[in-house]
Amino acid sequence: MKALLIGESKQGKIEDSTYELVGFAKQFGMESAMFIVAKSDSQIAYDGKVYLADSDKYKEYNPDAHKKLIEEAINKENPDYIIFSHSSYGWDMAFRVAADLKVAPISEVVDYKDGTFVVPCCNSKFRREVKPKTDKAVLTLQGGAFNPVIEGTPQVETLDIGDVEPSVEFIDYEVQEKTGVDLTKAEVIVSVGRGVGKKENIEFEKELAETLGGELGASRPVVDAEWLDQSHQVGTTGQTVAPKLYIACGISGAIQHLAGMKKSGFVVAINKDKDAPIGEVADVFVVADVNEFVPILTKKLKSA
Amino acid sequence: MKILVCVKQVPDMESKFKIDSSSKWYDQSDLVYKINEYDEYAAEEAVRLKEKVSGSELTVLSIGPERVKDAIRKVLAMGADKGIHILDNEEHLKDPFQKASAIAEYAKSENFDIIFTGLQSQDRGSAQLAPLLAGMLNYSFVSTVVAFENKEGYVEVARELEGGLRAKVKVKLPAVVACQLGLNTPRYPTLPNIMKAKRKELKTVNIEELLKVEPLIETEKVYFPERKAGGIVLEGKADEMADELIKILKEKTQVVK
Ligand SMILES: Cc1cc2nc3c(=O)[nH]c(=O)nc-3n(C[C@H](O)[C@H](O)[C@H](O)COP(=O)(O)OP(=O)(O)OC[C@H]3O[C@@H](n4cnc5c(N)ncnc54)[C@H](O)[C@@H]3O)c2cc1C
Ligand SMILES: Cc1cc2nc3c(=O)[nH]c(=O)nc-3n(C[C@H](O)[C@H](O)[C@H](O)COP(=O)(O)OP(=O)(O)OC[C@H]3O[C@@H](n4cnc5c(N)ncnc54)[C@H](O)[C@@H]3O)c2cc1C
Repeated sequence: MKALLIGESKQGKIEDSTYELVGFAKQFGMESAMFIVAKSDSQIAYDGKVYLADSDKYKEYNPDAHKKLIEEAINKENPDYIIFSHSSYGWDMAFRVAADLKVAPISEVVDYKDGTFVVPCCNSKFRREVKPKTDKAVLTLQGGAFNPVIEGTPQVETLDIGDVEPSVEFIDYEVQEKTGVDLTKAEVIVSVGRGVGKKENIEFEKELAETLGGELGASRPVVDAEWLDQSHQVGTTGQTVAPKLYIACGISGAIQHLAGMKKSGFVVAINKDKDAPIGEVADVFVVADVNEFVPILTKKLKSA
Repeated sequence: MKILVCVKQVPDMESKFKIDSSSKWYDQSDLVYKINEYDEYAAEEAVRLKEKVSGSELTVLSIGPERVKDAIRKVLAMGADKGIHILDNEEHLKDPFQKASAIAEYAKSENFDIIFTGLQSQDRGSAQLAPLLAGMLNYSFVSTVVAFENKEGYVEVARELEGGLRAKVKVKLPAVVACQLGLNTPRYPTLPNIMKAKRKELKTVNIEELLKVEPLIETEKVYFPERKAGGIVLEGKADEMADELIKILKEKTQVVK
């Protein structure tokens, strides 16, 4: 099996997820080559061939040009699998390529066995095994599912396909200001999910956090609903945290949330649904109504 | 402007799921269905655009069995002008490539300026339909959209990237726009609008008329993932569980003394 790994560079830096693609290919004994649009002098720790297109010319986001460049690399390598990260870049690019080549697209791969790919579904409540019906397949890999391999010096071949008329044009990055809490330093995080029901109920988790000397975290819907500000959000589009104790209150455990907290030392989940996927990472799973359980827990901790 | 929004009906993710006898799908009985969360943002943005650009027409489309008409009617009540129901009792067996081809087949003669979709479906989460559709129609495509603004002849959007970073992007029309959570605040349809929606056009087309391709992927089986080894599950009275939890925290962590 031969894989073409589609690396990513953002703001001039090679994304860590790129090395997880390398890890995937290594783990399953695939031959591989890499494609990336990055600065021409990028240091890429990879033992193999890299097709590099210059990001000064092709921009870090320019899907029309990137698609053509990727297809150029595919022509040169004739890979069985074209592999992206399941990231904002990956799911934007991967299926344009799949549509063009008319090959099977498979999203969010978390495992592989003998030509069959394992993907999550229903908010990670299930796993699904899928098989491509075409010779080639375009894959996106779930972040954190495969161990990164960061080693070696590549043989770089520069790709240039002239100018491509863009239908989508990158204007600029917008960096959101970092204000509010810094969760990365907290030893205890009590995190609030949609399951608390309404904004007023967050008082319960706030009191628990204070009692434990910790900070208040949140899942994304809580932030989208403006119950708490963005600085509290844990997950792929929020902060990545690793406290000694993480208490998830009314959080289902979607992959994007788990990605931000699964390195926590000890995880307690409080959820009324025993099948909630947060159970996959919980050391203790309390089956209860958060709004009933949390105040009782706080009271007992205070008097202990 | 001619606008289309594609909405999917999905089971409430808090439902008690069971795997069906084929082991390839979940049992569809006893589930409560609702509009895919991401698609509510797509519908809201589509309605706002329609209201802003006079003379616009907004169509809402859904593929699935009879029950998906509820999803279509909800979007009609939010403000869409007409509905297209692509009747398919085996929607759950189609892969995104097939569904995208059916929508493309319908859309190619309609000349939509903008097609809104959700970024991904909550049940399947493959995030494939929109880019495949754009590829088939040869439209521009942009995903993870968290801000949207219509300009003269193009649209300007913000794409959400990882870790608090966004990219501002200019998109030529016609385009497929895949919407991310938090793009706007979806409205609740009012009672008069729900009544009005009942009189709006809702056409049904059979999937056979639009679908001409075979699937590209096949599902072998579906199963529940394993729990973390050694994870303790506490059930019962809140009072006793709290005592038990405190005991465990004292033993296993240094933060509770
Ligand atoms: C590109 C992308 C990036 C994302 N980034 C993030 C991110 O950074 N962080 C993030 O969190 N999400 C992120 N998400 C969203 C993510 O997929 C989920 O939608 C989200 O994490 C769900 O939040 P939740 O668990 O609070 O809500 P839900 O999934 O709605 O879960 C609520 C839970 O509460 C339980 N519950 C309900 N009532 C009670 C009660 N009374 N007592 C106890 N339990 C109760 C339910 O059983 C359920 O398990 C992202 C999604 C995408 C596509
Ligand atoms: C347990 C399970 C088993 C499955 N088994 C199979 C199988 O055996 N074979 C197979 O080919 N597929 C199978 N599927 C795939 C399933 O049918 C998918 O729902 C489907 O392929 C569509 O992709 P998606 O929902 O992931 O779309 P996404 O690409 O995640 O959805 C993006 C957007 O597309 C639009 N959209 C999606 N569906 C519709 C719709 N019906 N009507 C209107 N707009 C829509 C919405 O705007 C949505 O937000 C299975 C899925 C599950 C969960």
